[in-house]
Order: sequence, then C-alpha cells, then structure tokens
Amino acid sequence: MANALVIAELGDDGSLRKTTLSAITFAKAALPALGGTFSILVLGGPGSERAAQELTGYGAAKVLHCADASLAHYTAEHFAPTVAEIAKSGYGLLVATASSFGKDLLPRVAARLDAAYAGDCAGVSGDGGKLSYRRPMFAGNAFGTCTLETPIQVATARQSEFSAAEASGGSSPIEKVGKAAVGKAASRVEFVSLDSVKSARPELGDAKTVVSGGRALKEKFNEVLEPLADALGAGMGASRAAVDAGYAPGDYQVGQTGKIVAPALYIAVGISGAIQHIAGMKGSRVIVAINKDPEAPIFQLADYGLVADLFQAVPALVSEIKRRKGAA
Amino acid sequence: MKILVPIKRVADPDNANKIKIASAGNAVETSGLEWKMNPFDEYALEAALRLTENGKAPKARIGEVIVATLAPKEAEPTLRAALATGADRAIRVDTTDDALDGRLVALALKALVDAEKPDLIVMGKQAVDGDSNQVAQRLAELLDWPMATFAASVLEEAENVLLVGREVDGGTLNVRLRLPAVVSVDLRIVASPSVRSRHTEAAFKYNDGVRFAPLPAIMAAKKKPLDTKTLAELVPSAKLTSPYTRFERPSQRKAGIKVKDVNDLVERLANEAKVI
Repeated sequence: MANALVIAELGDDGSLRKTTLSAITFAKAALPALGGTFSILVLGGPGSERAAQELTGYGAAKVLHCADASLAHYTAEHFAPTVAEIAKSGYGLLVATASSFGKDLLPRVAARLDAAYAGDCAGVSGDGGKLSYRRPMFAGNAFGTCTLETPIQVATARQSEFSAAEASGGSSPIEKVGKAAVGKAASRVEFVSLDSVKSARPELGDAKTVVSGGRALKEKFNEVLEPLADALGAGMGASRAAVDAGYAPGDYQVGQTGKIVAPALYIAVGISGAIQHIAGMKGSRVIVAINKDPEAPIFQLADYGLVADLFQAVPALVSEIKRRKGAA
Repeated sequence: MKILVPIKRVADPDNANKIKIASAGNAVETSGLEWKMNPFDEYALEAALRLTENGKAPKARIGEVIVATLAPKEAEPTLRAALATGADRAIRVDTTDDALDGRLVALALKALVDAEKPDLIVMGKQAVDGDSNQVAQRLAELLDWPMATFAASVLEEAENVLLVGREVDGGTLNVRLRLPAVVSVDLRIVASPSVRSRHTEAAFKYNDGVRFAPLPAIMAAKKKPLDTKTLAELVPSAKLTSPYTRFERPSQRKAGIKVKDVNDLVERLANEAKVI
C-alpha cells in the first residue's frame, strides 16, 4: 500500500493555479493500484494560506502547507528539498501537472530521491498493484508505456488529458510543515522578475476555444488574430514556425515541444500542420483550418477546412461571428 | 568559460511520423530514417559558442566548448558536426539508447562533470525522441548546482554571473545564476539578441538561427580530439529504472469536410458542432 502526494502549483501572487486540479485527477486515477490515500503539498510564501484552504475541499487525506518567504517566488532549488523530504515521510507516488512548473521541479526532486520519473503522462493505470505510465514520444507519433522501478515514483500529468478535479466538499485537515534545509544551489540562484503577459484572454491550457496562427500571418499576427480571439473569448496560440520567426511570443507555441491543448474548438489559421504542431492540438474536439493551400496537411485532420486567403477570411469570420452574436 | 554541451542524435524529427512500432509492440523502429542532432541540442551548442566568443571573430574561442554524447560509434559523425561548427573537443560514452534512461544519463553526465569541471552546462530542454525533459534538472540536482530550464535568453552580466530568461506558462521568468550552473534551452535561444557573452561587442548582431560549418572547418574538425569512455567507467552499476513495456501508434483523426465559405463555416460551427 502506498500513498500519493500531489504538488500544488501557485501563481506568483500566491493564488492557486488550476493546473493543480489535473494532478489531483491523476492521483485519484492511480489510487486503486496504490491502495492508499492522497495528500496535497502546498509550498508558497506567507500569502499562500488561501490556496491551502481552497485545496481542503478535494477529498485529500490532508493538505500539507509549507509557507516561507523564500518560497513566494518559485525556484526549484528552494522547493525541491522540502518536496523530497515530505515524500520520504510515507509516499509512493509524487505527481504534479506537466506545466512549466511541474516539468521544472519534479525531475529535480526525482534526482534528489534517486527516483525514476515519467514526464507529461497522458495516462496512468494499475495492473496487479503496479502502476503503468503512458506517455507520448516522438512528437506524439508513438505512445510508450513504462513502469517506474524505484521505491518512490515521480510523474507529471499532461493537463489536457486529466480534467480538472471537482471540489467534492468535505474538509481535509491542514498540517503545517517546515521548510527543509536547502543545498548550495539555492544560494546561487536569485529570482529577478516575472514578465507576465497581461491578458484578459484565457490561458492556453484552460481555454475552451483556441485561435492559433502560423508563419503566413507574418507581422500581422496580432492584427489579424486578436479580433478573432476577442470575438470568441479564445486563448491565443501559434505554430513553432511563427514563434521561431518572432511573430508570436514563445509561450504561444502549441506543439509537442510547446503547449499541449485540447479545447472544444481549435482554429488553425495559416498553419500548414507540421507533425510537431499537430502533436500539440490533435486532442481538440473540433478543429477548423483556414489555409490557402488546399494540400496543406492540416486539412487531413481538420473537421472543417476553409481554403481561403486568411487576410480576407479571418476579418470576414470575425464580422460574421459578431453579427450572429449581436442577433442572438 | 568552460562549457559542456551534452548532445544526442535522434531519428530525423521532420519525419517522425514515419517511425514504426515493432509487431510485438515492444519497440519503436526508426530504420530508414536519417540520424540528426537533436534540434534543442543544436540550439544549446549555438548558445555555448556565442557565450565563448566576441561575435566578430567566431573562430577565436574565449574559453572552451566540449560536446559529449552517450551513444554507439555510429554517432561520431554527429560529434564531428558539432566540432565543425566550433566546439573544441568531444567525448563519446560508448553505450546504446536501450541501455539508458534519464536517470542513468544524468548519473553519467555527473561523472563527466566531476572529471571535466566545466563552469556551465548548456543543453537542450528535451530530446525529441523520448521527449522526456528531465536530464538537465536531474543533473543540476546531482551536482547541487543552480539551474535555469527552458531558457529563451542568456546574458553574461559579469564573470560567473548569468541572467537567464526562462519561458514559463504565461510569460518570462528571469533568474540570476552564479556559476557553476546548468541551463537547458528552448527554441528562442537562437534568435539574434538572445545570447550575449561579456565579450560580445555592443554593436554586434547575430543572425537568427544556428551557424553552419564552412567546408574548411568540416575538414579541420576531423583532427579535433574525440575521446571515448565506457558507460561502466562513469556509472559502475547501471540499471534501468523506467523500462518501457509497450509502444503503440496514437489513434488517427479523420479528415472532415471543406466548407464553402465563411458563412458556411460559422453556420456549421454554430448549429452542427455547437461550439460557438
């Protein structure tokens, strides 16, 4: 029998990030095989009480809360020792969501525990009390299933494959824990600033609709796509080619090496459909492609394809959507 | 500055859709695909070269760049290619991919670092075959060094001090590292202004992307040192702890329909798919 520990992710302002709820879903899926319970570990600054409180409603055995000024801004060097220390106190599985936070922190924790790690898992299942982890490889062209053969197993969960856990009521007890001693590494790293993209749009990972653009948009990337994203209340994404060319910011990149999204509606504008982009969006429920090249590979998986010049089609699409919304 | 750049050869990522799964389902077959340097490792090498030159005279290395790989002898052309673009010497740890996992690679690199004592390790954020994204983080922990993963920019502020811009969800996280340290790089690291060493002249501008080796450099690279070690020298009792038991192809999506025009599209999204 073993217990699972979910590592919560907080925003820089100490608020709970929704990514955490996908890791809870992963832990719950692993519990039948583990045979134990799950707890949640919250690390943050003095302003993280609310996040810990919020997490008491998800059915965890307990919510462990470590608050320390040095944890207000995330650095793996300060977080990893405490996560590893708690892990050793009786957990067989550590899990976080495969956000930039989880992907940075958990491999470092795994090394500290000499534990095996499975990153960006699309599935977890139990067979004879042993967990198997299913993960995408080769830019999404294969799924590999592995086991982790160390006393503590460490994994990150792909957000688009594990829906956000719903609050189940109840009230898990909060247990305060102290920060573990840090290594030399912690004294040689300094948080300087977080330049966050201030946007009223939903985050790519959470958005129900995503509007994504390719290199064909050139310098008009924002000019063309923003009105469409605004009309649909959509998150904005981009192909790697558009990011490479500097037309879109790096955190817009949708693809195997960028963000993996699975919204209800994905609109690919001027995106040809390179393998690595498709790996990041093919889980979307409905895919729309707008491209002037009828042979573009994106049309092979789009539910609705529109062969058209995007510089004319997108503004027309915006006014048609607005017209309908106005009429409704 | 002495920089170690771990690199890996991978099956041509532009043709990753041509990989096959063995009929027993227990292996991925990449036969028929060309080997290429993992793209993120190419970017790491470019970043390391920019950190050890003034820009104007790319052949005059200020410091040393060592490339290392864990692979069979057939991977030596990949190391030679790295030497041709400007690395000073190479190390190959003789082993094969199926004898390795992220934990073992990090342990082997730790042993190499203990022997070579670099000031900085610059590496790709992930190899695009296993897509595991863990070795840089593990290596930093084993060394008790600070790290900056998913780096989009590196500025050498002063001797042994780097300001690194990390690509994180929703923005850029800037951290200052005191060397020795580990940096794993993301796509944008090869943009023109992304990497500046202390020696880079203020007015100097890099081209976007990675540099290519001219023919004389390719010839000269054949004479640069390439040492070989065994995995057992570095990790005496190497045992896999994340074995793969099964591989499968993902389910394929089917093509839908082509719509007539914008109005047809909006009509179908609203009434057929009911997503707007």
